[in-house]
Amino acid sequence: MLKATATQLYDGAFNLFERPMLALQRLFGQSRIAWVFLLPNLLIFGLFTFLPIILNFVFATTGGDRILLDDRPFVGAEHFASLLDCESYFDPNSCHRDLFWRAVGNTGWFVLMQVGFMILFSLITALILNRDIVLRGFFRAVFFYPVLLSPVVVALIWKWILQRNGVLNAGLEGAGFGTINWLLEADWAFFWVVFVSIWCNMGFYVLILLAGLQSIPTDVYEAAEMDGTPRWRSLLRITLPLLMPTMLVVMVLSVIRAVQAFDEIYVLTGGGPGSATTLLIQYIYDVGFATRPRLYGLAAAASLLMAGVLFVLTMMQLAATRKQSGDN
Amino acid sequence: MKTTLTTTALGLILAAGAAGAQDLRFMCYQDGSECAVWEEQLAAFEADNPGITVTVDEVPYASILESLPVQLEVGEGPDLARVTDYGGLARYMLDVRPYVSDAAAIEARYGQSLAWARVGDNNADGIYNIVDQLTATGGFANKTLFDQAGVEMPAPGSTFAEWAEASRAVRDAVGVDFAMALDRTGHRFAGPAMSYGAAYFDENGDPILVDDGFRNFAEQFVAWHEDGTMARDVWAGAGGGTYQDAAAEFINANLVMYYSGSWQIGRFGRDIGDAFDWVATGGICGPEACTGMPGGAGIVGFNHTEHPEAVGKVIEFMARDDVQAAVLAQTRNIPANSELQAQGIDYQGVSDDVKAALTVFAASIPTFSDTAYQLQGYANNRAIFTATPARLTQAIVGELSLDDALTRLDADIAEAVAQ
Repeated sequence: MLKATATQLYDGAFNLFERPMLALQRLFGQSRIAWVFLLPNLLIFGLFTFLPIILNFVFATTGGDRILLDDRPFVGAEHFASLLDCESYFDPNSCHRDLFWRAVGNTGWFVLMQVGFMILFSLITALILNRDIVLRGFFRAVFFYPVLLSPVVVALIWKWILQRNGVLNAGLEGAGFGTINWLLEADWAFFWVVFVSIWCNMGFYVLILLAGLQSIPTDVYEAAEMDGTPRWRSLLRITLPLLMPTMLVVMVLSVIRAVQAFDEIYVLTGGGPGSATTLLIQYIYDVGFATRPRLYGLAAAASLLMAGVLFVLTMMQLAATRKQSGDN
Repeated sequence: MKTTLTTTALGLILAAGAAGAQDLRFMCYQDGSECAVWEEQLAAFEADNPGITVTVDEVPYASILESLPVQLEVGEGPDLARVTDYGGLARYMLDVRPYVSDAAAIEARYGQSLAWARVGDNNADGIYNIVDQLTATGGFANKTLFDQAGVEMPAPGSTFAEWAEASRAVRDAVGVDFAMALDRTGHRFAGPAMSYGAAYFDENGDPILVDDGFRNFAEQFVAWHEDGTMARDVWAGAGGGTYQDAAAEFINANLVMYYSGSWQIGRFGRDIGDAFDWVATGGICGPEACTGMPGGAGIVGFNHTEHPEAVGKVIEFMARDDVQAAVLAQTRNIPANSELQAQGIDYQGVSDDVKAALTVFAASIPTFSDTAYQLQGYANNRAIFTATPARLTQAIVGELSLDDALTRLDADIAEAVAQ
């Protein structure tokens, strides 16, 4: 009885959709019907992704401090020339836009340190959490928890810890050590920016690497164990090579996220002291929105340059992935 | 049939009512209780003006600085707002002179501050802004710390150098963290720089930021950061042109002398209470002058509004002596209205510290130099106010030499003016 009712319901629902679908197929033809289904998504994608990219190009090639395009004179590549006007790219002081090049340098260092150490720590953590340790579930949750927090909350928590009269200095003072102005010394501020960024993002990559580790067949390890292969050799010759596709995904994602870092750093240091922790996104925000006059064109040009670098990096990593897939 | 007719009639009445209703949005930020107080006053306005409603949207100051200009640029945003950047927003402001019944009275009372919005292409006799909070930059000192240290507080008219020496002595004697602090903005820097001889403008009225006077105070300012006189946390604690104050340090009695402005008085009165005694020092002198910077928040209408007449009515209401007096009494601000300056405001329920501070700051305003007023009314002053901390902080933290920082600062301002 129940089965019969369910079948009737299914048939009813099927008939409800079948007729309009058949009508659509007749109208557009079988080969073009796919476009009808893709159209809503394409429209949304075009409106909210492609159109802003095009607008970004338009802003980058027009000048002034007005937003409406009618009020913006065409200046061609002037903004790009201004950003790239440097005697030496390794000395920001020799550049016309010194703050842009400081931000480029800071971003380069940040990506190198943050991505490098984050992958290392994530891998170590994933390897440990992949073993049969006590309270494994609890520790997995603990490492993932910061990912759930808003970057602003993370930054505020760490600001309370690191400020002059913060928890860390109170602890150091209590233990008889001297205190340090962690966020006012350029090198320390940069260190903490990298540290906090790793702290709040690591759990996400640990999770991906953990999934990668669990997808490695256990019989490979059993065979190695039977051959008397030491553990470190299994790690180097089995785990890491088989984990490499996952590592590449982690690398692509973490590089893109590191280049886009903004909110937690902005709240933690405001880009300071001076410009010691100003990354590219903050430079773009400052130039386009926080200072006067608002140089939307310059900000758009800087964002396009950044997008170009990101595109090249991503292509390189994808090429590496493809090469590896081919090798395998 | 009868029901249909009744429904139709009701619909027509509602539609007519909706068409006649003039709903205004007022974007408001507050240092103390300004928005809440205006909301009370506007209820009285609505009662006197049926058909006009004003909704007060309280927002953080950062929204006024960063979001509002973008909204206005695309023809969106509120009908009215409480702002401080008159030069930057001048092009969007509505001249309400055609919509007010007694423009002469407003002119007579607010003439000096009306000039702040008469820049760029705005009308030379336009009424664009009603300042409801005249501000003056100046210092505050923690009297209790001076007493505990047994150090004599510098007398009115003392120089920054004398205050620095005394504040250091107090800091060392009582063991607080900071001797002096100055808000991280070029606006606060400008008064002392002028007192050190900075001219800011040439004889044609064009900006010349870095001259000998500006350089002298910049050198002194950086040196005070190097020797620990100035709280490094304020200027070095942020990047770019980000605003940062040291009010929390002063309230926590961790700072001996704080150079900020009169808008802090209400907050200090509320948050310090009787925890310690504090005094307003008013303007502090340099080798060349004794000036601070005037400023103030005011209410402006915007020219994209669909109800310019209603906006004009609201602004005229806000400019009234009785309304301003009632608002100022509660918000504990200094009047921009000359009639009220002469009469004085009966501040309600304020402590002696607050009353004395308001008197000191109000008295300092007429002593400010012409250059200070010129800079306050300069259309591109916001560019100067944001570029100054961005570049000087680079010198303070050692990223740039002071010479390089000042050269960059000059270039930044030249580019801003060229825009």
